[in-house]
Amino acid sequence: MSASWPAIRLTVNGETRTVNVPPMKRLLDVLREDLHLTGTKEGCGEGECGSCSVLMNGELVNSCLVPALQAEGATIQTVEGLAVNGELHPLQKAFLARGGAQCGICTPGMLMAAAQLLTVNPHPTLAEIREGLAGNLCRCTGFIRIFESVVEAAASHEDKQAAHAR
Amino acid sequence: MRGNADAFELIAPGNLPEVLSLLAAAPGEWTPIAGGTELMVAHAAGRLDARKLVNLWGIPELRFIQSEAQSIAIGAGCTFRDLRAHGAIAADFPLLARASSWIGSIANQNRATIGGNLANGSPAADSSPVLLVYDAEIELVSVRGRRRIPYSEFHTGYKKNAMAPDELLYSIHLPRQFAQHRQYLRKVGTRRAMAISKVELAAVALVELGVISEIRVAAASLAPFPTRLYQVEAALLGQGIDARTIQSAREALLEEAKPIDDIRSTAGYRRQVAANLIEEFLNQLRLEGASD
Amino acid sequence: MLCHNPFGDSGTRIMTTHATTRIVGDSVPRKEGVDKLLGRARYVDDIEREGMWHGATVRSTIPRGLIQTIAFDRRIDWTEFAVVTADDIPGQNHIQLIVADQPCLADGRVNHCDEAIVLLAHPDKRKVREAVDAVRIEYEPLPPVFTIEESERRNPVVWGADNLLKSFLLEKGNVDSAWAHAAHIVEGEYRTGAQEHLYIENNGVIAEWSEQNGVTVWGSLQCPFYVHKSLLAVFDLPEDKVRVIQTETGGAFGGKEDYPSVLAAHAALLAMKSGHPVKMVYDRIEDLAATTKRHPSRIGHRTALDENGKLLAMDIDLATDGGAYSTLSSTVLSRATLHSTGPYVCPNVRVRSHSWATNTVPYGAFRGFGAPQAIFAIERHMDEIASAIGIDPIELRRRNFLHDGDTTATEQVMREPVIMDRLLDRALAESDYHTRRAQFARDNRASPIKRGIGIAAFYHGSGFTGSGERYLNSLAGVDVTPEGKVRVLVSSTEFGQGTNTVLTQIAAESIGIPYDDVTMAPADTGIVPNSGPTVASRTSMVVGRLIERAGLQLVAILRDAAGLSEHFSREEFFAACERYRAIKGDVVSLCRYEPPPGIFWDDQKYRGEAYPAFAWSVHVAQVAVDTVTYTAEVEEFWAVQEVGRVLNPVLAGGQIEGGVAQGIGYALYEKVLLQNGHMANNQMTNYIMPTAEDVPPIHVFFEQIPFQHGGYGAKGIGELPHDGPAPAILNAIKDATGISFHAIPLLPEDLFAELAKQSPAEETATV
Repeated sequence: MSASWPAIRLTVNGETRTVNVPPMKRLLDVLREDLHLTGTKEGCGEGECGSCSVLMNGELVNSCLVPALQAEGATIQTVEGLAVNGELHPLQKAFLARGGAQCGICTPGMLMAAAQLLTVNPHPTLAEIREGLAGNLCRCTGFIRIFESVVEAAASHEDKQAAHAR
Repeated sequence: MRGNADAFELIAPGNLPEVLSLLAAAPGEWTPIAGGTELMVAHAAGRLDARKLVNLWGIPELRFIQSEAQSIAIGAGCTFRDLRAHGAIAADFPLLARASSWIGSIANQNRATIGGNLANGSPAADSSPVLLVYDAEIELVSVRGRRRIPYSEFHTGYKKNAMAPDELLYSIHLPRQFAQHRQYLRKVGTRRAMAISKVELAAVALVELGVISEIRVAAASLAPFPTRLYQVEAALLGQGIDARTIQSAREALLEEAKPIDDIRSTAGYRRQVAANLIEEFLNQLRLEGASD
Repeated sequence: MLCHNPFGDSGTRIMTTHATTRIVGDSVPRKEGVDKLLGRARYVDDIEREGMWHGATVRSTIPRGLIQTIAFDRRIDWTEFAVVTADDIPGQNHIQLIVADQPCLADGRVNHCDEAIVLLAHPDKRKVREAVDAVRIEYEPLPPVFTIEESERRNPVVWGADNLLKSFLLEKGNVDSAWAHAAHIVEGEYRTGAQEHLYIENNGVIAEWSEQNGVTVWGSLQCPFYVHKSLLAVFDLPEDKVRVIQTETGGAFGGKEDYPSVLAAHAALLAMKSGHPVKMVYDRIEDLAATTKRHPSRIGHRTALDENGKLLAMDIDLATDGGAYSTLSSTVLSRATLHSTGPYVCPNVRVRSHSWATNTVPYGAFRGFGAPQAIFAIERHMDEIASAIGIDPIELRRRNFLHDGDTTATEQVMREPVIMDRLLDRALAESDYHTRRAQFARDNRASPIKRGIGIAAFYHGSGFTGSGERYLNSLAGVDVTPEGKVRVLVSSTEFGQGTNTVLTQIAAESIGIPYDDVTMAPADTGIVPNSGPTVASRTSMVVGRLIERAGLQLVAILRDAAGLSEHFSREEFFAACERYRAIKGDVVSLCRYEPPPGIFWDDQKYRGEAYPAFAWSVHVAQVAVDTVTYTAEVEEFWAVQEVGRVLNPVLAGGQIEGGVAQGIGYALYEKVLLQNGHMANNQMTNYIMPTAEDVPPIHVFFEQIPFQHGGYGAKGIGELPHDGPAPAILNAIKDATGISFHAIPLLPEDLFAELAKQSPAEETATV
């Protein structure tokens, strides 16, 4: 059955992958079912909760709203690609220290949104953090410690930059 | 996920001429899909009736922002992020940059296109009142060529528009003539972010020697489609800004607005808030005028 | 295969001073945090079982009626499907909770929209989804009841003999004697709406069935043994033929306390019929429409006070809407009753409580469990009393607070310290309450934004009511694996609130080994003892205490029988464990619940020690009301509380902040819109919770008075923060606008209705 669909080629967390899926299959389902990357979650199917957030060609998108065909040739990064060589990303470290994750279901999407925010804006104000994360719903934390985690990650990156500069 | 992906066709000709040929060859058969932020929601709910879709995402001819001396042309395939990031839009059409920042989340803005927003034709569309007060022109394209219509003539009914079955939204043209105008935009939603508007009001006005010499007012969610408020404009044109004008503008709006009760809000609330917004705008004009 | 304690479950009293601790009290990282952050944690929808099919549910489209026909559209090849109806149930067709009135599957009649009637399973999840629409059901509709008032009229009767699911009468002193002598009598009626949990992970389970093993269920759930008990009845199986395993759970808040029993039964029936494992994971549309929510309430207060504003009598009429089946309505009503009088002394009390059946989706547990409803009413009422009799609302509360030695409405003597005054003082100081209040009063005159500040003072009873904990008779402890890991053995589950972390902290502390040496045994009814459900703010206090005792007991056992010395390193500890294992076969230490002394509760008279302990709190909310848009927003929030010992400051702070955010949603954003008894706004687009742009700064302060019978001094914390925001916010709105609102959710449309009355539309608003 799957062989009848044209191949879609994409790079996911640095690896080239090819899938034969219907063009209207959601990128979210391609990631979870065909590529077995279950870190990205479904919370609403409407693009409201952000738990399906991934980076597509460097931009934050809700993967539940992307048809597979539109991901042809795309570079995708998911939560599984954040930690490098077993070393936690500064955001992951900060979330752990600050309590940015409670039940954890919103966390992958939240991390991707925060990672994207810090890439585009390395020193965000609190208002910018709120805006950057407004598309990711968390029902457990009330967001407070998520904000603190992002601030801490931004500061630690700044420290790293400063250390390199010396 | 209630939609069965197997039951859908999605093709990607990859360029505009081929898409247009397809639409011409089988008018009404192929539904264009750009960023998917509307159609994919219906798909997940099992309510996507269109089984044959043609991909517009990634077609370079549709995604451009062209600055000319007199106007700006925005390709229908531009995302709202594109609009927010563009210097000329921020400078000359600040209300559009602001409205773009209210479309869903960052993730939604990275994918939702202005063409999709207009073609979808929701009465609550955030960018529409802005385009109306900026006197936008819509450029449509088909195998038969291109044509322009004022945006105010684009929506013809609830989720109905003036496009022929073989036409696509090509671009939006905004005249660069608002540098001197006072500008106002306010959206009222269910919360500060990720909110479909309950009511949105946009206004631009020229005030010369304390008199309104030019006025455009437009709203979302007060009618079956986003619309200019002509009665309100008539009540304001040529008037000074005082308690009496504010009162007559309010009355005109309460009369002209035809909101409904729906899942998000009530007609009475929408009407009253819209009247308060026009008053807020006029008060701002009055204050700004006082400081001239 | 349960562990055993070779020393018997003795009542060895193991005391500890709690004075200095190495791990408890420290913000050690969340035990399962790294997995969650890496995206490695496996929630139920991340799991596949070999040969797995997918299940779906055909649900009622009417609120009440008789099922006449069930037709299967012939376009579908039904031989590919497993189809289950009530006739397929091997055991009893009910979900075992308190009263067994809720059918597992509707049989001949339906009593609410979205009630489950037919179950389908198929290997292809897209096909099973489409097949739902191919099942056509015809009904003979019967007249439904949708509100408390309609149910009270008992016409029609839709449940039992008279629509009454449960009632309580709580009396103290003689209420009726007080009115004649009262200087003031103040009345008020308050309403709260339904509220949806909106856990970001929807309900889901995977079930397997086999002749040899019986039923096995993996799922997103709070209480494995509740599900276990329910499945025994549905399948008529012995205890060792049902096994329930909790998977990583993405939020619960009570919404996965009882509902999973329904879903597990459904999936297991399909597994039995199909001969395959069956996964059933709801999408948001279904979860919102078909699962439990918070009970709506209507609470009437009539209060007598003397000339100094001291409470003389409280006459309270408390009603909840229980939905179509009783599920947990009786216990929610009980907790509401016991929280209805607030943290105040009152010599004469009468609370008449009723829970009414309606033809809506049964309401269930939700963080607070009746207390948010009751506390909304009393704390709003206190502000109404204050303005009615001309006393400042802060002062009114001070004059009436409970203190050490006072008795509550149930005649419980406050033997543990009650520090409401101190909490109030701190809350006022931290929020700069008086300065802000005065500032707003000055600024509001000339501003379209009206600001106000309001408070709520309240308690939350920790643990189960009265004899509840005794009845639960929890068993919990620790064991040690040959690989050198200490495991905490509990059926208490993690769903974000920190169970895994605090219980392993406690175990590590009481044994005397590093935190990293302790892990959680899987929450699997086949492996762990029943430490009770993960509800009622009981885990840190009750189960924590069991783990504390079990750890100390283990060390004592090893010292006695395996040569462990007085002071030991972790290596010496594990070596002693292996020596012990060589003698005894395994290394395990279990402890059984022991009630604190002096807890007596009379269920008939509703008198005595309602709770073993109380957590206390004061909330302060600063609100801005925009008179242009009629929107109220919380600008800043302060939460001061006393929850016994704070076991992990980061986790505890997170609980308060999260609970406050939910309480803000409850007050100002979250509305369940029912049309003909069906939730019409069953999408995240239309059920509105606060986003990252909506939550205010939330300042959290703890006072600590260790409770000697709780785990390392802890009392309950989880539900407390959801009790205060709604009344504090509406009190602030009253301060801002001068208008009293009595119902939540309070949406802009409701504010508009009142504010527009004050300045009609035709007048020009003055700015």
